[in-house]
Amino acid sequence: MTKLDASDAAADTLTGGPRRRRVRTGGRAAGVPLPLLLPALVGLAFLLLPLIALLIRAPWRDLPNQLTSTAVWQALQLSLVCATAATGVSLVLGVPLAWLLARTDFPGRGFVRALVTLPLVLPPVVGGVALLLALGRNGVVGQWLDSWFGITLPFTTAGVVVAEAFVAMPFLVISVEGTLRAADPRYEEAAATLGASRFTAFRRVTLPLIAPGIAAGAVLAWARALGEFGATITFAGNFPGRTQTMPLAVYLALQNDPAAAIALSLVLLAVSIAVLAGLRDRWTAAPS
Amino acid sequence: MTRSTRRTRTRTLRVAGVGAAALLALSACSSSDSDSSSNSSPKSDTSASSSPKLSGTVTVFAAASLKESFTTLGKEFEKANPGTKVTFNFGGSDTLAASITGGAPADVFAAASPKTMAIVTDKKDAATTPATFVRNQLEIATLPGNPDKVASLKDLTKSGLKVVLCDKTVPCGAAAQKALDASKLKLTPASYEQDVKSALTKVELKEADAAVVYKTDVKAAGDKVEGVEFPESAKAINDYPIALLKDAPTPEAAKAFIALVQSAEGQKVLTAAGFLQP
Repeated sequence: MTKLDASDAAADTLTGGPRRRRVRTGGRAAGVPLPLLLPALVGLAFLLLPLIALLIRAPWRDLPNQLTSTAVWQALQLSLVCATAATGVSLVLGVPLAWLLARTDFPGRGFVRALVTLPLVLPPVVGGVALLLALGRNGVVGQWLDSWFGITLPFTTAGVVVAEAFVAMPFLVISVEGTLRAADPRYEEAAATLGASRFTAFRRVTLPLIAPGIAAGAVLAWARALGEFGATITFAGNFPGRTQTMPLAVYLALQNDPAAAIALSLVLLAVSIAVLAGLRDRWTAAPS
Repeated sequence: MTRSTRRTRTRTLRVAGVGAAALLALSACSSSDSDSSSNSSPKSDTSASSSPKLSGTVTVFAAASLKESFTTLGKEFEKANPGTKVTFNFGGSDTLAASITGGAPADVFAAASPKTMAIVTDKKDAATTPATFVRNQLEIATLPGNPDKVASLKDLTKSGLKVVLCDKTVPCGAAAQKALDASKLKLTPASYEQDVKSALTKVELKEADAAVVYKTDVKAAGDKVEGVEFPESAKAINDYPIALLKDAPTPEAAKAFIALVQSAEGQKVLTAAGFLQP
C-alpha cells in the first residue's frame, strides 16, 4: 500500500497533477462514502425504473403494426411540426426578450424576469385556461381577433403552436439570458467604439458569441414543446390530424388501448433520448 | 397542554358520534330496505349483529357526470353518519377504472357505462356485482338563447358550427357516436374532448357553439348553456353501474353509501339532477 502510494506520488510529480491523481487512485467504490453511494444508486434506479418498465412491457411483436398506423404518424408528424414551429416562435420573440432582460436596466426588471419564468412553474392546464380566456373566441384579445380578422385559435393547429410556445419559451429565455450574462459585454462596447450601432453589435458580435446558449435553449424549448400536454388539450382541444399531438394521443389511447399508448410512449421516449444525446456536452457545458 | 385537552375532547365527541352514527345507519338501512331489498337485507343483518361502527373515510371514484348529485349525497351521508367522511374522485370513467385496476385505494366505483365497469370487474377488483343505479340520456348543449337555432342532431352537422364531442374512448363519446350512427349522420367536431365536463366547458366559455353531453350536465350548468333534446338520444342511453371494490379500506361505510345511492332518498337527489331511474 505504502509502496503504491509512493510510486503514485512519484508519478504525480512527473505529470504535475498530484491532487487530481490521488482522488482517482483512491479506487472508485472505496472512494465514495456509502451514505452517498446508496441514495445515489436508489435515485438512479428510481429515475430509470419507469423507463425500463416501459421497455419491458412494450408490445414488441405488435409494435410495427402499432407504429405504422396512420393515426400514430399523424400525431407524430403534428407533434414534430408544432414543436418546431413553437421553437421558431420562441426564438424570434424569446432571444430579444432575453437580451432585454440581460443587457438593459429598467425599473421593475426583476419583476418582469419573474413573470417570464412563471410558465415554468405554472401547471400547464392553468396556462391553457389562461390562454383560452385571453385568445379564445370569446377571450379578452381573442374576440377582436375573431371579429376583425376572423382568426380563432382554439381547435386549430396554430392554437397548438401558441400553447406550446407559451410553455416552452421561458426555457429559451432563461437559457439565453444566462449565456448573455456570462458573455463579456466589453466585446459589444468595443464594437460600439468602432462605430457599430447597438443593433449591428447585437447581430454581428453578441449573437455569434451566445450561439451555443441559444442552441441549447432552443433544444430545451423544442423538447418541452414536444412533451406539452396540459395547455394543448385545454386550449387547442383534441382532433386527430389537427390538434392531436403525441402526448394527447398517448393519454387517450391509454383509456382503451394501453398497448397503443405504450407504443406511442416509446416513440416519444426515443425522440427525447435522441435529442438529449445530441445535446450532451456540446451545449450544456458552460461556454469557455 | 391546551392542544392535548382539545384532542381528548374531540375524541370523546368522535366516540359519541360513532354511537349516533350506528343508530342512524340502522335506521337508514331499514328505510332503504323497502326500495332495494335484495341488496341491503344481508347488510342490515350484519350491522344488527355486530355493533355497526360506521366511521372512516369512504373514497368514491365516480364518473364526472355524477359530480353534483354525488357531492350532495356525500354531504347527506356525512350528516347522517357523523364520524364518517366521503371523499370523491370525479373523472372520466376510463381513467378512474384504470387507476382502480392500477391499485388506487378506493371503496366505491360508480361508472358512467357498463363497459368501463367491466374493466374493473374483469380484473376481479370489484367485491359486489355491479348494480345499475341510474341511467343518463344525451342532450345537446348550446349557447344561451340558442343563437344558432339548433333544434335537432342533424343541425349540428351544419357547416360553420363549432361542435365538440367527447372522445369515443369515454362513455359520453361512445353514446354520442351511437346516436349519430343510429340516425346515419356524419359529424366532424372541432375537438374530441377527454371527458364530458371539458366538452361542456368549451360551450360555457363560448369557444364552441354546441356540445353533445348528458342531460344532467346541461342541468348542472344552469343558465350558462341551453339544452336541446333530440329523439335519437333514446337509442343511446347509458346505464350507470355502482360496485363495492375488493380492497376497499372502509367496506362497511362504503356499503352504507351504496345503499344510500340506491335508496328512495338517493334516487330523489339523482332524478332531480336529471338522471333517469333504471
